[in-house]
Amino acid sequence: MRALHHFHGGIHPPSNKTQSTLLGIAPAPLPSRLIVPFHQHAGEAAKPVVQAGERVLKGQLIGLPDGFISSAVHAPTSGTISAIGMHLVAHPSGLPNLCATLVPDGKEQWEHHEAVDYRTLSASDLQQQLRMKGIVGLGGAAFPSDIKLRIGRHKVNTLILNAAECEPYITCDDMLMRERASEIVKGAEMLRYMVDAVEVLIGIEDNKPEAISAMQQAVKNNGMPYEVIAIPTIYPGGGAKQLIYMLTGLEVPSGTLPPDIGVQCFNVATTYSVYRALAHAEPLLSRVVTVTGNVRQARNYEALIGTPIDELVALSTALPDSSGYIMGGPMMGLPLPQAHVPVVKATNCVIVASEKLFPAPPPAMPCIRCTRCVEVCPAELQPQDLYWFARSKEFGKAQAYSLFDCIECGACSYVCPSHIPLVQYFRFAKSEIHAREKEKQAADSARERHEFHQYRIEREKREKAEKLAAKERAAQAAKSGNAEPQPEPQHVPSDIETRREHILEIAQSHVEHSKE
Amino acid sequence: MAAFFSPFISKPDNVARIMFRVLLALVPGIALYMWYFGPAILVSITLASLTALGTEALMLKLRDRPVIPFLKDNSALLTAWLLALSIPPLAPWWLVVVGTAFAIVIAKHLYGGLGNNLFNPAMVGYAVLIISFPLQMTHWIAPHGLGQTELDLLDQLGYIFRGALPNNVTLDAITMATPLDTLKTHLHLDQTVGQILDMPIYGRLAGQGSEIVSLGFLLGGIYLLVTRIISWHIPVAYLGTLFITAGIFHLSDPAHYVTPLFHWFSGAAILGAFFILTDPVSSPTTNTGRLIFAAGAGLITYLIRAFGGFPDGIAFATLLMNICVPLIVLYTQPKVFGKKDGDKKDRPS
Repeated sequence: MRALHHFHGGIHPPSNKTQSTLLGIAPAPLPSRLIVPFHQHAGEAAKPVVQAGERVLKGQLIGLPDGFISSAVHAPTSGTISAIGMHLVAHPSGLPNLCATLVPDGKEQWEHHEAVDYRTLSASDLQQQLRMKGIVGLGGAAFPSDIKLRIGRHKVNTLILNAAECEPYITCDDMLMRERASEIVKGAEMLRYMVDAVEVLIGIEDNKPEAISAMQQAVKNNGMPYEVIAIPTIYPGGGAKQLIYMLTGLEVPSGTLPPDIGVQCFNVATTYSVYRALAHAEPLLSRVVTVTGNVRQARNYEALIGTPIDELVALSTALPDSSGYIMGGPMMGLPLPQAHVPVVKATNCVIVASEKLFPAPPPAMPCIRCTRCVEVCPAELQPQDLYWFARSKEFGKAQAYSLFDCIECGACSYVCPSHIPLVQYFRFAKSEIHAREKEKQAADSARERHEFHQYRIEREKREKAEKLAAKERAAQAAKSGNAEPQPEPQHVPSDIETRREHILEIAQSHVEHSKE
Repeated sequence: MAAFFSPFISKPDNVARIMFRVLLALVPGIALYMWYFGPAILVSITLASLTALGTEALMLKLRDRPVIPFLKDNSALLTAWLLALSIPPLAPWWLVVVGTAFAIVIAKHLYGGLGNNLFNPAMVGYAVLIISFPLQMTHWIAPHGLGQTELDLLDQLGYIFRGALPNNVTLDAITMATPLDTLKTHLHLDQTVGQILDMPIYGRLAGQGSEIVSLGFLLGGIYLLVTRIISWHIPVAYLGTLFITAGIFHLSDPAHYVTPLFHWFSGAAILGAFFILTDPVSSPTTNTGRLIFAAGAGLITYLIRAFGGFPDGIAFATLLMNICVPLIVLYTQPKVFGKKDGDKKDRPS
């Protein structure tokens, strides 16, 4: 038995998971139309490479990765692109985003795809493969997986499969493990090969005994020396840093990434799609989504990316007193502006809400500094102080009190007896700080540009004058017939030149900074 | 859904319920108080409660805050009860009213209301009374069986509201100095601790009656610990420091310094350890800070009791340590997950 390390804090909200695990994963039927956003992942949006009216095949690339952190987007089925335009998506801003609307032809006609043995490919080829197959983290953050495999100079010893699924209501990973454990294990071997890890740890919360035994069986059947570890059920045990600490006792230093301490972490559903991508050359076209909450029959569906959420929810029949939808879990999920938004790669769960399931919290009272939030904070922060600083817009102090180490898990808000929306205050403070930094950067670069412009004008002026002087000298020399060449004027670094060097230095550091 | 952001669920708990449970934890001590000192304490608790609710409502109105939700949070009641338990039950009615009103109006609302007061309101009220009306603050009732006569509820009410005693009863016959006061006075008369503790007002641990009331508050305090309304840090550090300091003096000169247990069970030591110092608003938010805060309060309590002029030291110990809270919190910030201890050096001033 591996000794587990318990992270600080955590909460035990009612799990509400059994409702959606009574039935197996059902394939969702083809919807009437698919709305596929070009920006489903962290980083830059993909660039559309199809036009309205074009016929596409299932698996055909429709969005090309654009930028270092980006990922491809594909047609989830065969059919016709009816439009490329703005459509409402699930995003905190509530703003529409560029989407391709695809009318399926019902033929499910695949584009030709053929897998090659991944062991014959180089590391960068494999990364390119995953990028072009649109593989991103399916745990919720949708971070492009190929970037997580670029570990650079770091040596990854431990690969961790995150199967904690600690948020209430969500069961898509649980059901995937119960039904497709063998594929997950094969995918894990691919990831292990790619990061060259020595050990593989699979962390599953102990409220999923079926998934644990399925994974143990699959590990045995595949003859892998992996450890399937039952971890205590505590929220947010599935936070990457919390899971890593729980399994290894290592703290990921603030401001760094897991590879810095020789660990990399992937979600099980991501691992499954890595397997589909490398073993079957299939891009990421569908995912398992839990539909639960105020519905007649909660269940997990394998839904195509782009499926309108209202059509997906209809399969489970929302009850009449429903009042809204949440994408994700009740702790960190996103309220949907309306149900006619598409399933995206990050959609692990859709909860149909009702006043009864999620009653409005009573009006917030003042903070009485009871520190229940401190007791549950997995990042070991002082939420009551951060709240005070965020409220009074003392952002410098908030940063000094490690605001950016907050993982927004919501445990503090959950326990607050004054019902203060603490996480909401922290999100506000973070976005304010980001906005101010951006403003400052813009001002700085404008100033630098201006200074460089001034420098160039003066340089040109000087060069012109020098040229003119040289010409005059040459003419004079020719006239006087003096063969002795005039000595070149001594070059004295002017004030403007030292400034230029300084500007270049700044520019250099900026480039390096943006590379990070 | 009214709240359009996560988390969408919350633990069914609220400030009013927390305060209510603290009030509940006071009940065993109050019941024993009544048993030993008569029903007068209920009168002063009622008076203080009414004053607190009235001034609270008035201040909320003046400050343009919602009255009903704040009146229902039970925090004013808690201030009232703690203050009423700190002053003599036979004190004139206006003493209770003035103290409570000062606590709510000045110490609580002028600092910004619930959650914003730098000082413990009940202790501010007490401090004002002990400084302004020291005489009236000495009208402690003799415990059951010790006074020459005992007043019934009507007589007690008569004295509280009209200052009138029944015929043939003098104030001295029904009141007496507290055990701590008696000790202090008699030590000045060059008596030894042994001689003094033989007096009838002393029981097994400390004062007759009051020691049992303290045990009642201890019971309530344990309830607060078990239900995790308070953490162990403040009571343990406070009582621990009081015990050790008193122990050192007692061992060095047992004839002049009473035992640590006497200090625990006399005056408001137990009430202070579990109910007063633990006020979340005016105590530190870090665990190390709580230990320092409570240890400081324990030391000051002892110094005031042993060498100071006031009968008990809890109130001034609390207030003096309240002043230090922001500084204590600043220098006891715990390590953040993923950061080394040294990383906290960029803390703001």
